[in-house]
Amino acid sequence: MSIVQDAQDPAVAQDLAVIERLYRALRLTRLVEDEVARVYPTDVIKSPVHLSIGQEFISVGVCDALEPRDHVSITYRGHAAYIAKGGDLNAMIAEMYGKKAGCGQGRGGSMHLVDMKAGVIGASAVVGTSIPVATGFALAAKRKTTGGVVACFIGDGATEEGCFAESLNFAALHKLPILFVCENNGYAIHEPLAKRWATERLCERVATYGIPTTKITDGDVFAVRDAARSAVAAMRAGHGPVFLEVTCYRWREHVGPNEDFNQGYRPASEMTPWAERDEVARLAGLLPSERVAALETEITATVAAAFAFAETSPFPVSEDLYDHVYA
Amino acid sequence: MTTSMPEGRLLRYVDALREAVAQEMRRDGDVFVFGLDVDDHKSIQGSTAGLLEEFGPERVFTTPLSEDAMTGVAIGAAMAGMRPIHVHIRMDFLLLCMNQLVNIGAKARAMYGGSVKVPLVVRSMVGKSWGQGAQHSQGLHSMFMHVPGLKVVAPSNAHDVKGCMIAAIRDDNPVIFMEHRLLYPTEAYVPETPYEVLPGKARVVAPGDDVTLVGISNMVLECLRARELLAEIGIGAEVIDPIWLTPLDIDTIVESARRTRRLVVADNGWTACGAGAEIVAAVLERVGPEGGIAVKRIGFAATACPPSPVLEAAFYPNPGTVASTVHALVRPTAPAWTPDPERTKLAHQVQFRGPF
Repeated sequence: MSIVQDAQDPAVAQDLAVIERLYRALRLTRLVEDEVARVYPTDVIKSPVHLSIGQEFISVGVCDALEPRDHVSITYRGHAAYIAKGGDLNAMIAEMYGKKAGCGQGRGGSMHLVDMKAGVIGASAVVGTSIPVATGFALAAKRKTTGGVVACFIGDGATEEGCFAESLNFAALHKLPILFVCENNGYAIHEPLAKRWATERLCERVATYGIPTTKITDGDVFAVRDAARSAVAAMRAGHGPVFLEVTCYRWREHVGPNEDFNQGYRPASEMTPWAERDEVARLAGLLPSERVAALETEITATVAAAFAFAETSPFPVSEDLYDHVYA
Repeated sequence: MTTSMPEGRLLRYVDALREAVAQEMRRDGDVFVFGLDVDDHKSIQGSTAGLLEEFGPERVFTTPLSEDAMTGVAIGAAMAGMRPIHVHIRMDFLLLCMNQLVNIGAKARAMYGGSVKVPLVVRSMVGKSWGQGAQHSQGLHSMFMHVPGLKVVAPSNAHDVKGCMIAAIRDDNPVIFMEHRLLYPTEAYVPETPYEVLPGKARVVAPGDDVTLVGISNMVLECLRARELLAEIGIGAEVIDPIWLTPLDIDTIVESARRTRRLVVADNGWTACGAGAEIVAAVLERVGPEGGIAVKRIGFAATACPPSPVLEAAFYPNPGTVASTVHALVRPTAPAWTPDPERTKLAHQVQFRGPF
């Protein structure tokens, strides 16, 4: 993959409309999470938050290859994928505020975002739990011949769970239309890969199930998008699951709004190359400046409206406590 | 504690827990600590702080995110003569360990005809408040109480957490060790020299004649506050901390309930098939049909824990709801009574602030 950062990049040069669409999603996600971080110290969000700042390009690249009939399975670090798949922004922020109008009616919180209308099928706080559930959505898509596919986002830590291997085997066996997307940011909470993996040859491990794999290490949103588009085309043609490993870097602390380079478990220098090739800034540079400015106005207003909605919408009342225990 | 004179130093729950593990690791080279994040700078909210530095990475190490397999590894190491302490930062993760714990850990001793033992401690913490939500808040002790072969302990204070941990490490059986996040900063007098708070012995924490009030884990503190509020309206509650849920000291609870003729159990879990159900049933079986004991269970609302503050407040029992429930049991014909909500708050809970 090329890391050329100018318009000579063939992937970049092809289509200004694509660039604008990707940039809009990247910038929207970044602004939302910046705002989450800004308001967090005021305690309006009394819920753990796991920010995806710096990792958004993966969700944005993958989801650009998806259609409304497709599904995404997200993680507790799932704000970016929720937004990229078109999840309702007002409902997301309201959920984090614990409000009745939240996407989970205040019953899920930041770690359990869901928007079934948009194809966001939920998230678990227990790492890996969502992998077989996403595989079940892929089984249903195949059995019901919807033509839809599932993108299952996971972190590197989830690949250590038994259900990861079990789901890969089953998905390959039944040629299920599921794209496993591993966002490999190198840390499970504070533990680096070297303390958790015997080797880093993850794609090789997955390939032994007969699943085609692609590894992207240069942080390029276009490369992610291209890989996802190829995978989706193959899956829609009935060729079964695909695995995509994308290396990335978590810019903030595991949970909470702050940077954590003062904690000593990882050096700030690790982030430097990722910050230098930040896709939000890079794509802004590929668009006409007046267009960027117009988008900024629009996105800022969207974000402000979502937080205002969350702020002003009512809390649940205690009589709601037993809602939804059973269908 | 009213049953003995304070001795030792005033120590936080988290520090007493850490001290117990460190002292046992010094005493016995077979004891080791492992689990995700036990060796990082946050050290499981401080409960494993300093262990890596003192005992090294062979005895204090993190794991892949592989709870099921790691539990089996712990069981195997225990059967082979080690004394592992497997740590989970939330009890909810124990659901990933269930097969190994229930099908192997609990049963190995029996199904292998007494030829092996499984001296394993499984530490985990119940989360509460700050939007812990559905999957970071569960007290699952009753699931483990159901299974013969496992011991279950839920210390409610710094003194007991040290003594119970030492007893658990020295025990030749798998022990499910349930901690509570909001107890971590609470202080009690803790002797410096190692001691055991042995399985099967409850403690009468505070005396009373009108009702027996059993609290489990953090609910002991909430029951003590409820007791103070009840005393103001002339109701005397005897608060009992079972400490060990398996084996359960039913004798102490029966003795109290026979005298007060009323039994309330306040749990940090759901009531259905819960620890409260077990305690109530065991007491009623013991006293028989002539016992005439009125009973009541208190616990989580029967739904998933919601993070929204209003719903979260309604989800949990608290000193106010405990006190009003006890009042209704003791004075069934009197008008309902609820203490001033401002007076039911517990300082260490009010001060707690997330995200972790």
